[in-house]
Amino acid sequence: MFCCGYMTRRFCVSILAILIGALVASCGKNTPAGHQDKIGADGKKLMIWRVGNGSEPQDLDPQTVTGVPEHKISMALFEGLVTEDPKDLHPVPGLAESWEISDDGLVYTFHLRPNAKWSNGDPITAPDIVESFRRIISPGLASEYAYLIYNFVSGAKDYYQGTLTEFSQVGFKAPDDHTFEVTLLHPTPYLLKIMASHYSWWPVPVKVLTKFGQLDQKRTQWTRAGNLVGNGPFMLKEWSPNQRIVVVRNPYYWDAQTVKLDEIHFYPTDDLSADERMFRTGQVDMVYELLSSKVDTYRRDNPEALRLDPYLGIYFYRCNVNRPPLNDKRVRKALALAIDREALVKNVTRGGEEAAYAISYPGTAGYTPKAKLEGTLEDARRLLAEAGYPGGKGCPKIELLYNTQENHRALAEAIQQMWKKNLGVDIELVNQEWKVYLDMQHTQNYVMERAGWIADYVDPHVFLDLWETGNGNNDTGWSNAEYDSLLHKALAAKTEEERYSYYQQMDAILVDELPVIPIFYYVKKYLLSPKVKGFYPTLLDNHPYKYIYLED
Amino acid sequence: MFRFIARRLLQIIPVLWFIITATFFMIRFVPGGPFTAEKAVTPEIMRNLEAHYGLNKPLYQQYFDYMGNLLLHGDLGPSFKYASRTVNEIIADKLPVSIELGALSLGMALFFGLILGIIAAVKRNSIFDYLASSVAMIGICVPTFVLGPLLVLFFAIHLGWFNASGWYSNIDRILPSATLGMVYAAYVARLTRGGMLEVLNQDYIRTARAKGASEFRVIFRHALRGGILPVISFLGPAIAGILTGSFVIETIFQIPGLGREFVNSAFNRDYTLVLGTVILYATLIVFLNLIVDVVQVWLNPKLKFE
Amino acid sequence: MAASLSPTKMPVANLTPDQLENGSSLWRDAWHRLAKNQLAVFGGVTLILLTIACLVGPLISSYSYEDQNLNLGASGPSLSHWLGTDTLGRDLLVRLLVGGRISIGVGLCATFVALSIGVAYGAIAGFFGGKIDALMMRIVDIMYALPFTIFVILLMVFFGRNIVLLFVAIGAVEWLTMARIVRGQILSIKKMEFIEAAHSLGLGKRRIIFRHMIPNVLGPIIVYTTLTIPAVMLLEAFLSFLGLGVQPPLSSWGVLIKDGAEKMEEFWWLLVFPGSIFSLTLFSLNFLGDGLRDALDVRSSKD
Repeated sequence: MFCCGYMTRRFCVSILAILIGALVASCGKNTPAGHQDKIGADGKKLMIWRVGNGSEPQDLDPQTVTGVPEHKISMALFEGLVTEDPKDLHPVPGLAESWEISDDGLVYTFHLRPNAKWSNGDPITAPDIVESFRRIISPGLASEYAYLIYNFVSGAKDYYQGTLTEFSQVGFKAPDDHTFEVTLLHPTPYLLKIMASHYSWWPVPVKVLTKFGQLDQKRTQWTRAGNLVGNGPFMLKEWSPNQRIVVVRNPYYWDAQTVKLDEIHFYPTDDLSADERMFRTGQVDMVYELLSSKVDTYRRDNPEALRLDPYLGIYFYRCNVNRPPLNDKRVRKALALAIDREALVKNVTRGGEEAAYAISYPGTAGYTPKAKLEGTLEDARRLLAEAGYPGGKGCPKIELLYNTQENHRALAEAIQQMWKKNLGVDIELVNQEWKVYLDMQHTQNYVMERAGWIADYVDPHVFLDLWETGNGNNDTGWSNAEYDSLLHKALAAKTEEERYSYYQQMDAILVDELPVIPIFYYVKKYLLSPKVKGFYPTLLDNHPYKYIYLED
Repeated sequence: MFRFIARRLLQIIPVLWFIITATFFMIRFVPGGPFTAEKAVTPEIMRNLEAHYGLNKPLYQQYFDYMGNLLLHGDLGPSFKYASRTVNEIIADKLPVSIELGALSLGMALFFGLILGIIAAVKRNSIFDYLASSVAMIGICVPTFVLGPLLVLFFAIHLGWFNASGWYSNIDRILPSATLGMVYAAYVARLTRGGMLEVLNQDYIRTARAKGASEFRVIFRHALRGGILPVISFLGPAIAGILTGSFVIETIFQIPGLGREFVNSAFNRDYTLVLGTVILYATLIVFLNLIVDVVQVWLNPKLKFE
Repeated sequence: MAASLSPTKMPVANLTPDQLENGSSLWRDAWHRLAKNQLAVFGGVTLILLTIACLVGPLISSYSYEDQNLNLGASGPSLSHWLGTDTLGRDLLVRLLVGGRISIGVGLCATFVALSIGVAYGAIAGFFGGKIDALMMRIVDIMYALPFTIFVILLMVFFGRNIVLLFVAIGAVEWLTMARIVRGQILSIKKMEFIEAAHSLGLGKRRIIFRHMIPNVLGPIIVYTTLTIPAVMLLEAFLSFLGLGVQPPLSSWGVLIKDGAEKMEEFWWLLVFPGSIFSLTLFSLNFLGDGLRDALDVRSSKD
């Protein structure tokens, strides 16, 4: 190379240098990360569970995050007064070892464990819990889930809106160091379920986080590794953004002897194909979600790793009831009847999903809707003709909005064909990027759109309260006074039986009016290595980590 | 030359200002905001969120606040999506990764591209030309989101030599840089071949040959110099492109780099992160173009600085 | 008159006055050279055949690109479906041809747009130099740095999901690099003798730029164009990867390839066929481009 021109020589040398440098550096660690075993202090191999966890979490503060990946990590680091049973998620003692509910259903008294400690060894006292709730309803924190607190607790909403300045008037009290009391606005039969399953009700270590800023200050450093303190079965050891999050056993956790895993590694995997490839090389033991197209292959070649678990959510099409032709409920019903749901779940989603003929999810905490969408194609055509569009003629153009995603596209295309063939109704598919789609939904700037709703806790209320007039998630423009009054009666019901009877009536109204067209109930499709044990399928896809262990 | 550079630097200031301003207002026009979510928050909560981030102030006020922070403190603001991180921090974390990925890919691209291009030019219209050109074509004709998974399928899953994704140990660097490098190697090879073919028929090459210079010397000392010109023109934007356009590679291989943020921040409506990445990218581009222009004149004495 | 003999091949004495006046132009010589280049001819013919197939094929096929057959699902190549079907049971061959219309269309149109704007812009900037050049290049810098994703989303929001939008968005990005390359080339020939000669002959600026400078930098321009068309097609594929590409049930090669890449292990034909056609098209484009460059480059010789 000595004879080359100066410039070419410099080029070649620098390139060679880069490549040689890379080669030399790579001669170091050669084992792919997934195959490395770590040895603990006692010389035994550490039990490490590696999971693909969807997108990188926004933060690890349970009072300010939203989103499923954040939830999964919060479950390892924090625990509520009550927590979830691993098999059916019903509330069991967590931070509180027992509790009483007053006769009028308004006052809950929790008795904290005497040995409850934060992961830095400090004891957890009832005043800590009170301060923790004060934080989440502080307007300065602007927590997105504050409403899950202030909709239920007496005085909380006023405090949040600033009309009440005296926090001691809000329904959180600590009569003594180990007793915590909550006073509600009205009886809420499913409150314990929310407290067990939703992270907004879990306590944060106020004394620790105030070292990094004010109580209601957003965006402090308290959630960084080395700073974060929690009361869950694990503690935060490492947080490398977009690389992985490592949690290790928390020795101060009250039930530490039940915890078998030594570490959990969460990998952010927002590309599902990459996630599946990581599973194949052994880099992860659980995949966040499996693409529909791969389900059949796994059924055939590796069925022990394939999990198709019923998931408490429903896939439906929202109708803007103010836009023709969807302002006529006969048209809505005709469209709903002309969908071959069985074909969709068999050929498009392939997860064995259950076709949905009502809004409520069958078997939610013992509730199954009796109302059912029934009718034949003939009925559908007749309804369409009655509405003034025989054979689909003259029907105004329906634009079906969906957000960009393989499954939604495939389903929309299939349904488009069904309506064209069965009813003569030709719809147009409009695909928008996620935020644009959401914006169009919230501003009701759509005709029909694809939607999904996933429950935050296991109770039939989650699917039914959405359709109340003016509910922030209704977005259909549908309003029914009878429905609203039934909803309030259900909330005031004295027994579960009574409450469920109101829900049945509400489901019947929904099936008759069809502001939304139910399509199928979700199934969570994912891969789980057979060596993972103590892992039970649950409706919320919550798997309490303290019961999980690995067996080779 | 220094006057040229000084003048160019003066021009860069309005260019950057324009880019920042245009982007600032452009992203506000797109529907959906950072807090638009499937489970809508209540209006009270939304008000508080907006108050915290200053989104309830008039737009021009937010603009002045942002520019003030940027120019006086170098502060790019908090990220909207990643609640506890600032944009400065995110960029500081991810930029080195992207640079490393980019440098390795570019190194591979230049190395293989130049070699293939030279072979193709020198052995023009022979079987070597066709072979080299065809191999180079792989990078142009096969999209990275196909090439990457194919390489992973074969080398990581089938042979088990590598991880399927990640950026932990040094061996994880190989597959991603190879995939990204292939694309640019193809461009480099084609441009080198084209440029060298232009030059190889010029008189001064004939002179060198007539003077008895060895073919090797003719190629590397004389012809390559001229042939590299179009590659250099291309390198400026290519470097910028590799650094921030490596979105697909970073997604497939789950690499914590900036290329992903460049696209994802737009999808998340993370206003400050979008602006931060755009500012970085813009600064990079204008300086790279300056360097490319300087190098071009330096290499070809016939050009002059204007 | 032996019309097949070009005037340049006949002895001058035998030429009629007409033939003597019709000299052979650069373009005609180039055409002859091109016709002799087998690879280029192969490339050109392939492209023409592909374009015809894409235009005509779907019209004569018994399947439509949107007919689904949910019960069949994805099936491999067979007698009834020559290239197999996709996961919704749609015939892949028809979808490939229809997608070809879009991809080739986008490739040609966007590249044409990029070429027209880019060459003119870069040549003007390079020719005038000084302040004009500086201003024009700074504008290019600005447009280069603006975030593409946001730009595309904005376009989609304001103008709907139109195919034309794809052309606009892609063309708006590609002309920038073209302009820069052309400018660089123009700068390098600006001081050559034949340009000085043209100046001293008193030729107008427009004539010098478009009739003298541009034809002489055609070499790198053509090479870069042959790189631009695939880049455009890949950019379209990338937009599909992000979900910002064509609307279903229409498809493009980009969409088909992205779909196939996800499913390549289960349904290999979904990737192999679109991928091969895509590569074949790009190969042909490149051979043709090489041939064009060789044919148009007056200084290159085959010996």
